[in-house]
Amino acid sequence: MKLELRGITKRFPGVVANEGIDLVVQPGEILGLLGENGAGKSTLMNVLYGLYAPDEGEILIDEAPVRFGGPGDAIAAGIGMVHQHFMLVPVFTVTENIMLGVEETNGPMGALDRRAARARIVEISERHGLKVDPDALVEDLPVGVRQRVEILKTLYRRSDVLILDEPSAVLTPQETEELVAVMRSLVEGGTSIVFITHKLNEVLEVADRITVLRRGRVVGTTTPAETTREELATMMVGREVDLVVDKVPAKPAEPVLELRDLVVLDERGHPAVNGLSLTVHAGEIVAIAGVNGNGQSELVEAITGLRDVDNGEVRINGRVFENDPRAVYAAGVAHIPEDRMEDGLIGDFTVADNMVLTSYWRAPFSSGLRLNGDAIVESATELVDQFDVRTPSIFNAVGNLSGGNQQKVIAAREFSRPLELIVASQPTRGLDVGSIEYIHGRIVEKRNEGTAVLIVSTELEEVIALGDRVAVMFQGRIVDVLDPSEATFERLGLLMGGAHPEETQPEEAVEMAAAAAAASETDD
Amino acid sequence: MTDEPREPVPAQPQEPEAAEVPDLTPVDPAAPEAGIPQRRSGVGGTLRGLLLPALALLTAFFVGAFVIVLTDFEIMGMWGSDPGGALGASWSAVVMTYGALLRGSIGDPGQLFSAIVSLDWEALRSALVPLSETIISATPLILTGLSVALAFRVGLFNIGAEGQLYVGSLFAVIVGFSLVGVPWFIHLPLAVGAGFVGGALWGFVPGLLKARTGAHEVIVTIMMNYVAYNLITWALRTELVQREGRSDAISKIVEPTAALVPIVEGLRANWGIVIALAAAVAVWWLVFRSTKGFEFRAVGFNPRAARYAGMSISWSTVMSMVIAGGLAGLAGAAVILGGSRTLSPGFSPGYGFDGIVVALVGNTRPLGVVAAAFLFGALRAGATPMQSATGTPLDLVVIIQALVILFIAAPALVRAIYRIRAERTTGTEVFAKGWGS
Repeated sequence: MKLELRGITKRFPGVVANEGIDLVVQPGEILGLLGENGAGKSTLMNVLYGLYAPDEGEILIDEAPVRFGGPGDAIAAGIGMVHQHFMLVPVFTVTENIMLGVEETNGPMGALDRRAARARIVEISERHGLKVDPDALVEDLPVGVRQRVEILKTLYRRSDVLILDEPSAVLTPQETEELVAVMRSLVEGGTSIVFITHKLNEVLEVADRITVLRRGRVVGTTTPAETTREELATMMVGREVDLVVDKVPAKPAEPVLELRDLVVLDERGHPAVNGLSLTVHAGEIVAIAGVNGNGQSELVEAITGLRDVDNGEVRINGRVFENDPRAVYAAGVAHIPEDRMEDGLIGDFTVADNMVLTSYWRAPFSSGLRLNGDAIVESATELVDQFDVRTPSIFNAVGNLSGGNQQKVIAAREFSRPLELIVASQPTRGLDVGSIEYIHGRIVEKRNEGTAVLIVSTELEEVIALGDRVAVMFQGRIVDVLDPSEATFERLGLLMGGAHPEETQPEEAVEMAAAAAAASETDD
Repeated sequence: MTDEPREPVPAQPQEPEAAEVPDLTPVDPAAPEAGIPQRRSGVGGTLRGLLLPALALLTAFFVGAFVIVLTDFEIMGMWGSDPGGALGASWSAVVMTYGALLRGSIGDPGQLFSAIVSLDWEALRSALVPLSETIISATPLILTGLSVALAFRVGLFNIGAEGQLYVGSLFAVIVGFSLVGVPWFIHLPLAVGAGFVGGALWGFVPGLLKARTGAHEVIVTIMMNYVAYNLITWALRTELVQREGRSDAISKIVEPTAALVPIVEGLRANWGIVIALAAAVAVWWLVFRSTKGFEFRAVGFNPRAARYAGMSISWSTVMSMVIAGGLAGLAGAAVILGGSRTLSPGFSPGYGFDGIVVALVGNTRPLGVVAAAFLFGALRAGATPMQSATGTPLDLVVIIQALVILFIAAPALVRAIYRIRAERTTGTEVFAKGWGS
């Protein structure tokens, strides 16, 4: 099936989200749709899926114009969409979720024919290597498998065009690889895929053709063979972007954060951090790589005083703070939490209120019980300007801002005071290239000023680009600390998967080490 | 105390997959939660906030008119023989009923005007009686409404205002009759303060249980209502409280020095309203202008982020329930000290439960609560005069009250009726947490 969009324009009050967009998806190809947050990708896909009616332009399927009054029409026309946020019923099984809306029934009472549905699901999943237990409850499945269920849902509805909205945002590197394999298998079978992303590497790896959107318009279409990361980034952002973090060599000074034999328990009482030791010095960035769920969150919470230390100790400039986040804050520790909207911000509060979320209790923002509104407004006005937060006003709800601007609000709040230590979890998750560049720049700037920085990230690129030292965390321990120059994707990947450090060293080094060991033995 | 993050407030009505639009989108500036001085016209914002409740009220009265006609058998009988006459009779029945309701709650404008012109004190006094009655009805509703609204702000659903009110009234009565020979400027504040303390105690228990063990405040406060009610019934038969020479459950009479006396001689409206309005100002300041209120609202909107910011969820939970309980306790004190000055079981016609409605109708904002309390107070005050003047049963007022709530609870319905476009807000209403927390 060939899908074509011609001159699609969609306006919202005060803003043109899509303007004259032309797009062609050929049968059996993967089209990468690349653009920053707010470039109009999702609007375009919602038009294609029948959620929005375009103000101008038309949609053609196999050269024939079609009109979608709602998602039902789009599904009937063979378009399937996997949303960034999954649309699944957690307490239903995989089979029930997939058949939901297209239930097959049998018997006079119209009983659900789960068996027939299940058989078809098994057949489809085997054909495309989408391994799923059709009887499992969705709530028990990891995110990667849930996504497979969403893909199965579209295939079950016999979709010829699959729209994947930021599919890798929630996946681990391994899950992303599996997804890519599934996508390849699907296009071999003749399905077309529109792959929405803002990650340059992925689109270069997977797509047959790449269309770049910026500010609601198509800025160009190219193929991976004809372009480079740098070129794509420039197209997306509209100016040249530093993909390599520009930084002078670190000048590590005295230790600021010292972790000794740290043991931290998770909610269930199991040690999530299990005998971890690490030191971060002033003026250096230590980046912790690791697959999600290896104790990183607990580690960060223990450092920032949000979680009890079960054993061992956390010292910040030699002092121990026990479960007192405010004292840790006052000691000059900035914390960028893992999940902006869940932990870092209060969506219904204004930008100004969020700017003082961690400092409202101290002068000049309050005196005694009284909040000092003028001081809060004044400081927020200054910070919005200084950190380039794009918001109509500081009185806007922070939940209405884009992800990049939300992260800037957090950065502004945390970085705008004298700091000793920065602890940042996934500081650029879900951000576009421009915002990543900005946040990275700010972190490096602080490090150059002599702040100690601890980054926790599952993005290997970020870890290597930002870290002056790269530590790999596996099952609650640091398994190895590498120089970024020797931290290749492959080596980090192996360490993150639990391989022994010796196994991952280049062969020569292993031989030399073995020789040295042998030599020392003979010396005895 | 465990400081485990609670489940965040259930998502406010969300727009379907918000459109991904560029950063420069002019988003509705009225959306965010007012915390610090807003650079927008306060009056404009308030007016906009009042539009939907006003329309809900209008619709409720409109539907109520049909109820008046449909329940009048005389008029119903006329439809077959004389439709024109039936229409006229219906109209006059509705006008008379609502007219009587209005005269009973606000007063007769003509009478008021002539009283002012004639400068006759006695005429003026009698013209102001309906308003005075409305004030009396509104006083406890303001306080229980504030109680529920404050807890809502912290994400807690305080169903226990009724019980807190009872315990508050018991404390106030005991202080009221047991101190003898104390000047009023000491005795009255002590009695009123005792009311606050009693309610606060009753709010403290569910707050503490919630913070310590996660026990759901809805269940605990409901049960505390039963405990409170029966505790009062028992206490009223003890030697300490029971009036001498009485065998039924009734307390001794509060000394005149602890009474909330009428503001103006000859009208029943007493200083309780001043306490209620002062409490509204205090709650407003606490919630929107103080550091503790900042914490309350942060915990209410997003407990996880509040915890990350170093706030204590336990402290906010306990403290907000203590203050909420105290406010409901004040309501009990105001009713008793300003009214009969004696306590008997069942003196509250459900002020605590009406407080939930008042808080919701007032959008959990102190000013809104005061307005809603006056609305329901007026309906209550006007009901009896309406019944005696037109024979319309008191129940009509309850029906209208229910209709107002119904239309306010379903803003989409009112918007659809009057074709008002939905505001693009993230929602400033706070809803209590569900059962999952």
